[in-house]
Amino acid sequence: MSQAIELIRELSDAGASPKATIAKSMKETGKEAFGCFPIYVPEEIIYAAGYLPVGLWGGHPDIKRVDRYIQSFCCSIMRSNMEMGIRGDYDFLAGLVIPTYCDSMKAILANWWVAVPNAKPIPFSVIQNRASKGSLDFVLAQLATFRKAVGELRGEPVSDQAIEDAFALYEDYRAAMRAFTKAAARVPATITPTLRHLIIKAAYYIDKKVYTEKIKALNEALAAMPEERTEGPKVIVTGLLAEPESFLDLFTENGYAFMGDDLAQESRQFRTEARKEGTALERMAYRVLDQRGDTFYYEDDKSRGTMLKNMVKETGSDAVVVCMYKFCDPEEFDYPVYKKELDEAGIPILYLEIEQKMDSVESLRTRIQSFAEMLSLS
Amino acid sequence: MEEKKSSKQILNELLAKHYADAKNAKEEGKPVVWSTSIAPQELLETMDVAVVYPENHAAAIGARKDASQFIASAESEGYSYDICSYARVNDGYANILYSEAENMPKPDMLFCCSNICMTVIKWYENIAKKFDIPVIFFDTPYSGSYQVDPSNVKFVEAQLEEAVTMLEGLTGRKFDYDRLKEVMQISNETASWWKKATDLAKNKPSPMNGFDMFNYMAPIVCFRGKESGRELFKIWYEELQERVEKGLGPWNDGTEEKYRVLWDGIACWPYLGVTYKVLKKHGINVVTSMYPESFALLYEQHTLAGMAEAYDSLYVLRNVDYAIDKYLNLSRDFQLDGGIFHSNRSCKGMAFKQFEIQRQMESQLGVPSVIFDGDQTDPSVFSEAQYETRVQALVEMMEARKGARR
Repeated sequence: MSQAIELIRELSDAGASPKATIAKSMKETGKEAFGCFPIYVPEEIIYAAGYLPVGLWGGHPDIKRVDRYIQSFCCSIMRSNMEMGIRGDYDFLAGLVIPTYCDSMKAILANWWVAVPNAKPIPFSVIQNRASKGSLDFVLAQLATFRKAVGELRGEPVSDQAIEDAFALYEDYRAAMRAFTKAAARVPATITPTLRHLIIKAAYYIDKKVYTEKIKALNEALAAMPEERTEGPKVIVTGLLAEPESFLDLFTENGYAFMGDDLAQESRQFRTEARKEGTALERMAYRVLDQRGDTFYYEDDKSRGTMLKNMVKETGSDAVVVCMYKFCDPEEFDYPVYKKELDEAGIPILYLEIEQKMDSVESLRTRIQSFAEMLSLS
Repeated sequence: MEEKKSSKQILNELLAKHYADAKNAKEEGKPVVWSTSIAPQELLETMDVAVVYPENHAAAIGARKDASQFIASAESEGYSYDICSYARVNDGYANILYSEAENMPKPDMLFCCSNICMTVIKWYENIAKKFDIPVIFFDTPYSGSYQVDPSNVKFVEAQLEEAVTMLEGLTGRKFDYDRLKEVMQISNETASWWKKATDLAKNKPSPMNGFDMFNYMAPIVCFRGKESGRELFKIWYEELQERVEKGLGPWNDGTEEKYRVLWDGIACWPYLGVTYKVLKKHGINVVTSMYPESFALLYEQHTLAGMAEAYDSLYVLRNVDYAIDKYLNLSRDFQLDGGIFHSNRSCKGMAFKQFEIQRQMESQLGVPSVIFDGDQTDPSVFSEAQYETRVQALVEMMEARKGARR
């Protein structure tokens, strides 16, 4: 128990202070940091090149400079990233990758070259049609281009063996994360919604090798604990991400148990296991082609609604909580479709519109509270 | 002797026929396809499949100020106000399947090419789910560079090959590659006439009222692969050429073309009349935009590979340097006095680059511009007062620049 408490504190503190954690990781590993924009980038290649990949998922800067480049109807993560880029927060990064998952990200990439001239981002072109005979070759070509660019930045090519090793480590990390989300659902009073998020988030700032060891140890410690129940509803959370922490605190205060998530910042990163055969690069490519129910990849049968229904069923959850980031086109497009499917299945939905920087989450407090009360009565 | 029809008469007749043909096809049990605006229509035309274009349709609904009921229908399903209004109108139309403007039959298949934006990917995914119909999807990846990445082109070519197979399945007919060659030829000729016609606005004064160009955008989308389209744009070119030879400007009522501007972004369809009148009042003529080039799909190699490259080469798929060069070239070639940028809430991809493009036009060529808030179909965004004030400011800047040059 005391080991669990210690690890929970360590990892959640790390997740709560990205800047300090990155600095500490750089010092401990001697590696330079490499910034990774959302949603998915080939982190394994960055790791293989000897960099410390770090996630750039927005923040809370005062918006002053970005208005020169991007209008207000853009998602707050991209606007925050751009603001921090211009003001120099990312100057310490050795490299930066910006993938193009939506029209806003393409525009951010275009502006970055002008607005932050000293940081040359490496673009990463994202596949959408994953069912074509040309899909695998296309993803492999993108990975090869990216590998070459990272090698050039590093001053030496990224070797096959290094990529194999990094991929094996990342698969190990992803398996441990899948285990963690299961373990956390067993002890929701200990791993509250806020702590769950911070622990998962810490992986963006710590060397994956170090982090994986810690999360495995935490998983073991949690397994030794007796099962717990909270007084609030059991839910599946879906959306881009669930932040700020003050927002998650409202769930914690109302005894919600997060039984699983379909968040881009959390489980979508690690829920798809790689195929067993092939080179590391092929397996990386197939992970992209195999990811299901993900709004950031086109899918002709749009399986997200079915997936959410299954998640609710498998975990014995009461409802789905939608964390809708304002101006996130792909997420906003998916909502009417899975809403209809969940409605038809009689699964209650709590829809919350959020932004990363919220002056006050008080307006959401009543809704989160009354949703819990409503479920307890039904 | 029968009087020769004007291109505008032909345009209206063709558009009426366009929707009637789709309706007839549906009634005869033939498949109807809904397609994005700059998709490889050559394949559909080769297979003689009836096709309609939801973007054009939404624009027509918007121009009739009829978008609100469709938007309300989409929003009742949970569509956010922040989503592209073409998509919201089309989703609402998919529920209601009737409009006072034009009518599209229920689709049997969708045809989606992401070279215009990534929004269409989600939009068509949703419509496919709603009707439980297949999508032929052309993923045209972003190159992020000045030149188009060859691996992208190869990927698009593979998808074109697969589309042929899917269309054979849809129609139960064999794909005719000889016919494809003919359609490619026609498509390139139509695109050339479109380009030549819109290029005539380089003349001073321009023979074309720029808002007329918006009217010809519907037919370049719908009839690029058809002989009737080729004929239409040839006639339009000839009419404009005749005006150039006679020294006629954009307007027939004696209004002088005092200022030549670029219009950036889609038209503000619900306020077409207002946006036009305010400009005309000041003698401002729209002489160009990025649309002439985007619709001028030209390729020398009449093969699937040639097509793949053309469809994957749109400026929105390349880096910002490419886009800026294009805007600077337009500024020079069309002798622009200024620019009017429509900050279109529905089009994040275009809108989020406008500030930098404005700065580059100003700093590199001294071309002033203004930006105004609007939306392509949702009537709730645009403010006439703001628009008027911005246009007034532009006039003052353009006048000051002219004064400095005198």
